[in-house]
Amino acid sequence: MSLLSVEELSVTFTARGRKDATAVDGVSFEVDQGQVVGLVGESGCGKSVTSLALMGLLPRKAARIGGRAEFDGQNLLTMNERKLRDLRGSQLAMIFQDPLSSLNPVVPIGIQVTEILQRHRGLKGEKARKEAASLLDRVGIPDPDRRLKEYPHQLSGGMRQRALIAMAVACAPRLLIADEPTTALDVTIQAQILELLKELVDEEGTALLMITHDLGVVAGLCDEVNVLYAGRAVESAGRRELFAHPTHPYAHGLLGSIPRLDAPRGEPLNPIRGSINDKIAWADGCAFAPRCDHYTMECLTGTPELTEPRAAGHQVRCVNPVLPTAEVPA
Amino acid sequence: MSLLELDDVKVHFPVKKGLFFDRTVGHVYAVDGVSLSIEAGQTYGLVGESGCGKTTLGRAVLRLNDITDGGVVFDGTDLAKLPGEEMRAFRRRLQMVFQDPLGSLNPRQNIESILSEGMAAHGIGKDQAERREKIKDILAKVGLPSNAMSRYPHEFSGGQRQRIGIARALVLEPDVIICDEPVSALDVSVQAQVINLLEELQESLGLTYLVIAHDLAVVRHISDVIGVMYLGGLVEEAPSDALYAGPRHPYTKALMSAVPVPDPEVEDRRERILLHGDLPSPANPPAGCRFHTRCPWVQETKCATERPPLLDTGDGHKVACHFTAEIEAGTVKQTLATGIEAVTGTETVAAEAEEVSEGETAAEPEAAAPEKEEAPGKEEPATVPAQADAAKTADAAKADRAEDSPKA
Amino acid sequence: MTILTNKADKIDRLAELTQSSEAVTGTSLWREAFRRMRSSKMAIIGAVIIGAFVLIAVVGPMVAPHGATAQNWRSEVFPNQGKFVGMRGENWFGLDHLGRDMFSRWLVGARQTLLVGVVSMLIGLIVGALVGVLSGAAATLGGKAGQRVDTVIMRFTDIMLSLPSLLLAVSIAAVLGQSLTTVMIAVGVVQIPIFARLLRGSMLVQGGADYVLAAKSVGIRRKRIVLTQILPNSLSPVIVQATLSLATAIIEAAALSYLGLGNPDPAVPEWGVMLSQAQRFFDNEPMMAAYPAIGIIITALGFTLLGEAMREALDPKLRG
Repeated sequence: MSLLSVEELSVTFTARGRKDATAVDGVSFEVDQGQVVGLVGESGCGKSVTSLALMGLLPRKAARIGGRAEFDGQNLLTMNERKLRDLRGSQLAMIFQDPLSSLNPVVPIGIQVTEILQRHRGLKGEKARKEAASLLDRVGIPDPDRRLKEYPHQLSGGMRQRALIAMAVACAPRLLIADEPTTALDVTIQAQILELLKELVDEEGTALLMITHDLGVVAGLCDEVNVLYAGRAVESAGRRELFAHPTHPYAHGLLGSIPRLDAPRGEPLNPIRGSINDKIAWADGCAFAPRCDHYTMECLTGTPELTEPRAAGHQVRCVNPVLPTAEVPA
Repeated sequence: MSLLELDDVKVHFPVKKGLFFDRTVGHVYAVDGVSLSIEAGQTYGLVGESGCGKTTLGRAVLRLNDITDGGVVFDGTDLAKLPGEEMRAFRRRLQMVFQDPLGSLNPRQNIESILSEGMAAHGIGKDQAERREKIKDILAKVGLPSNAMSRYPHEFSGGQRQRIGIARALVLEPDVIICDEPVSALDVSVQAQVINLLEELQESLGLTYLVIAHDLAVVRHISDVIGVMYLGGLVEEAPSDALYAGPRHPYTKALMSAVPVPDPEVEDRRERILLHGDLPSPANPPAGCRFHTRCPWVQETKCATERPPLLDTGDGHKVACHFTAEIEAGTVKQTLATGIEAVTGTETVAAEAEEVSEGETAAEPEAAAPEKEEAPGKEEPATVPAQADAAKTADAAKADRAEDSPKA
Repeated sequence: MTILTNKADKIDRLAELTQSSEAVTGTSLWREAFRRMRSSKMAIIGAVIIGAFVLIAVVGPMVAPHGATAQNWRSEVFPNQGKFVGMRGENWFGLDHLGRDMFSRWLVGARQTLLVGVVSMLIGLIVGALVGVLSGAAATLGGKAGQRVDTVIMRFTDIMLSLPSLLLAVSIAAVLGQSLTTVMIAVGVVQIPIFARLLRGSMLVQGGADYVLAAKSVGIRRKRIVLTQILPNSLSPVIVQATLSLATAIIEAAALSYLGLGNPDPAVPEWGVMLSQAQRFFDNEPMMAAYPAIGIIITALGFTLLGEAMREALDPKLRG
């Protein structure tokens, strides 16, 4: 049985005087122990909302959450606040995109780290401080004893993200959720952080749910990849399978539109037309149809089902997928 | 003669403090001596991480920042010394596309008003009717419907807004467009649309671009020549393909190895050069080579004391490093680890710094000139920064480390 | 699979499904803010109160049943003995200490109060906005010399702001003497530094925006950048403040009148003056104070509600 199994998760935001907005529309995936699973998609695809829903961090009043998310046999979505709080930090931890706003600006790093050690591991005083220092050391923060006394604004972006990772792994969580952990960072710093995450997963056997818009990051890190579009997974497969044979027109188009460092100069890009605003409701058909080069009449008559048109375990939500034999109209 | 030439441009921002009238207490050396030249019809890509001064440099060309020192020669005229009104007139020929498509459009003006204002300022078009015709024409060129004229910026998607930004530059019929992170604020699927548009426009209108971006893949895709900036200065400049095939400055090597490639086959095979620590502050840059505090190949001589000039190492490939040839030839060893040790653990020096003998340092530059016959990328997709040397030394460093410290 | 179905059909069906997303065209931010205001309860309540107040102020004195000065029922009230006349069919709000019809005086007072509020707000707004524009333009685009100008202006407004507003108003009123104009000027002057600071601050924020840089890069002249780019985007907080300050202006004017600095002319009573006259008889006839007080409270509330609703409607962060 997998560590985390999400089934038909849906999140609808309701606000008075506004139309209900469905951010996540039936997302299912699984994460096994020691596995890195990627949720990849562009802005508005529902990837971040998914992670917040799993962590129980969405406002209960404004968000209607449906489906199941079983972590170690317990449904996270219906768990009471207190139990969830115990779980968060000890077994479940999260890293956010903006490390500055996820750290308390008026409390030194050291106290923020030792607080977690105290709450979840019962460490106190000198023992907690020592453990905190070794955690910072573990994530590559030089001179940890001095850093423990500093405030978040005194650290650079990369250091802050490391501090946040240190806090996240303080209690050796079984699942780490990383929401765009490197988006705010420079490439060379991103490489450091990704390498660090990779190492943590390898050494500690932590499962990692990686949420990102960057297919390059996914290619280097994830075992399983779920491509999200407009709140639904449109393609799920192992990393090699997905990148070798992108089958949903969206995933296919996305890969064809990214300039690659290793592509020769002047190789044309094939952009996807339109923008994310050009979509139809999943209930009416495929949300991607308005931007799709080979949508059919069938695409406009109800939600397409997940099928496995190419290989076992390679799921695609499309009635007219990109297959080797299929003609791709220009 | 190049269309645009920058000669030792410096932009230093004063740091001010004071209760009533401000005193200058220091400077941020945002751009500290950059020289480059851009040929007409060419695309020059300026790449670097945040804080390296690339945006400041782009704005300095248009004199949107004050230039502390140096010359910006555009078509024979030194813009750095032009009086205000003459500079304003010159801005018609040098235009800019901004990073934030929404932020760079006045939210209270409709598109027609945004586009016609610049035309009016430069006396393009007799009257508004004539300007409207021209705007319609340009809107079609950048792929926007003509009914866009009466609409407001917030009614468009990100990609469309960037097209408006491009149209704003185009209506003035400029010679040079400076694109400051033109796609980084856009969704991945839309980025390609804008990149293609910029390329089409260059072809049809004969534009010259200075593209400033942090994304090496984007810059490589559209640039003829790439300049790599680090902490206010150029560290390497080369034709796009040459730079990709054989980056010579240690920073470029690290930068290139850090760019993720959306292909697991490539990702699994490549060797990352991980750098230690973070970018130093441009308010207090390190002496000597700006990169020496993080450079995996830092040597005891010269690096910390002497700032290396940007020198041509053959075929227009310019590098600002004291030890270019030696690193290429493998006669100097890495002094800092570039593997996972750079990221975890506290010790920084991996292997003993190899003593470099005088004889070795004097290696002829020809010996280091790269073989550049084959075009990269044609053979296999897996030719990402093929730096056998670098990878090998990294491995060696790793091996050393494993023996030395029980932690690794 | 139906890949080759009629292309026209496909396009029609797609258009039908995506129709809703293409509705808005050419709506400026002002118009959009107005649309949001219309759906805000706060704005509607505020607007209704203000509408009623303005209606009373305009029409009231004309329909007042008895005139403000007529002491028609002088013989019925004996203030010294505590004998007053309360509400009755003829005099809806009862009589005051001189036997005048309070309802009529209240209606006339509404007009005076509105006048004081609007005029003093306008004094503050116009002078303050001019100072603010000067300062803001100098600071954003005036170079080094401009920054000096800005510093001097701002230190001066700081001094004005550091004086307690009522004290400042009282001193002005003391110099100018007792009249309605005095009250209006005194209350208006107090608002000047508030408007100046607000507009300048807002202009500084907008002056750093990318679109100003873009306008500069396109080659637009500095004066025009201030007028067409920076200023229109800096106005929303000022508009909100103007609405809110109508409320404070009315309250401050009432306070000044209460302190005896208001218009002594009995023919044009102002709610503040009425309040001040009522205090002597508060023990015996509290209603004499209650009517003008309620008037002041409700109108001030109306302006505050409208101002807050505007603040919300104009906030770019809440757009969407």
